[in-house]
Amino acid sequence: MKNFLEHTGIEPGRLHFSWISSAESTKFVDVVKKITHEVKMLDPANKRYVKTEPKVD
Amino acid sequence: MKEYTEKIREIAKRLLNDGTVDMVIGFRKGTLPMMNQPHIATCTDSADELMWDSNCGLNLANYVTDRKEKIGIVAKGCDSRNLVTHVIENKIKRDQLYIIGIPCSGMIDHHKITAMFDTDITSVKESGESITISGNDFSKKLIKQDVLCENCAACTHRNPVEYDELVADLVEEQTDVDPYESVTEIESMDAEEKWNYFEDLISPCIRCYACRNACPLCYCPTCFVDESTPQWVGKSQDPIDVRTFHLLRAFHCAGRCTDCGACERVCPMGIKIREFTKKLNKDCLELYGWEAGLSLDERPPLDTFKTDDPDEFIK
Ligand code: SF4
Ligand code: SF4
Ligand code: SF4
Repeated sequence: MKNFLEHTGIEPGRLHFSWISSAESTKFVDVVKKITHEVKMLDPANKRYVKTEPKVD
Repeated sequence: MKEYTEKIREIAKRLLNDGTVDMVIGFRKGTLPMMNQPHIATCTDSADELMWDSNCGLNLANYVTDRKEKIGIVAKGCDSRNLVTHVIENKIKRDQLYIIGIPCSGMIDHHKITAMFDTDITSVKESGESITISGNDFSKKLIKQDVLCENCAACTHRNPVEYDELVADLVEEQTDVDPYESVTEIESMDAEEKWNYFEDLISPCIRCYACRNACPLCYCPTCFVDESTPQWVGKSQDPIDVRTFHLLRAFHCAGRCTDCGACERVCPMGIKIREFTKKLNKDCLELYGWEAGLSLDERPPLDTFKTDDPDEFIK
């Protein structure tokens, strides 16, 4: 799925998968930190996959 | 192709007469050129309407879903793979089917041929490897090989993988073709180019869902696009809604698509929708060594777990 979405133009770095058990609170914090950091490095997503106003031609 | 037609009729009548099957699903001539229609023959008279030529590109596996009768079905390489997929997914039982196998030489692309002429085509005649296209004031001979559907030109499973009887000798399989050429091309683009490529690809889409209806894999009682509680995807022409539809449709076919091309054939806008499913097919082949519908005894990659499944994507 990651391959596929990135194939259609979602930037690498925007999509993350992780397996975290409910007991792994520190892993959760680490992963979220890492993801927010990586995503902040990318351009804002306003061009890609954000639906704002319905587009009418 | 005349021999195929005669043989199909002969087999169909025999099966109907001796009660082996309750119906035979095949094709009959369509009302427009290059548009053959699925046909369900239940008596020997209607079996005489069955026919075969290079316009039988719809996928007949679409018509057996959840049926309870005994069914004779005409199947090209790709249809037979979708029948196998149906059996694996419990949508029909193998012993309900009598598969009349068609060694296939490819179907012709009506989008391509229509685009070659400015005026309406009134007749398309086939003889051996040549196709004669005529309209009110023109007539032109084409070579079948030049106007094959893209998926047929690169098809590596032209012979039915599962059958009870063949209408002709098996054909030679193509080995020097690359079904994934365009996928490799897109893979080499950067994210921006990829995004724009698919944006252009689907911009003409009118959300008619013909692609979904033609696909034998799309048998959900209620498709996610039609559901309203909850509503998974917007019903508008907004580019994001259109893209969501295409991504999800394709992903629902992951590990199941046989690249039969029925979706593309029926698209009124001529969109190359297989560009989505082909990437998933390529991934399935590279990651799991899997091609859909080749064996009744193997489970598809998305419903099995192996400890050595690739897992680089998950951290
Ligand atoms: S995909 Fe293969 S089996 Fe199916 S119609 Fe084309 S050539 Fe025939
Ligand atoms: S997605 Fe298209 S090519 Fe794949 S099985 Fe369905 S109709 Fe055939
Ligand atoms: S058949 Fe073509 S126009 Fe209709 S929903 Fe599918 S891609 Fe869009």
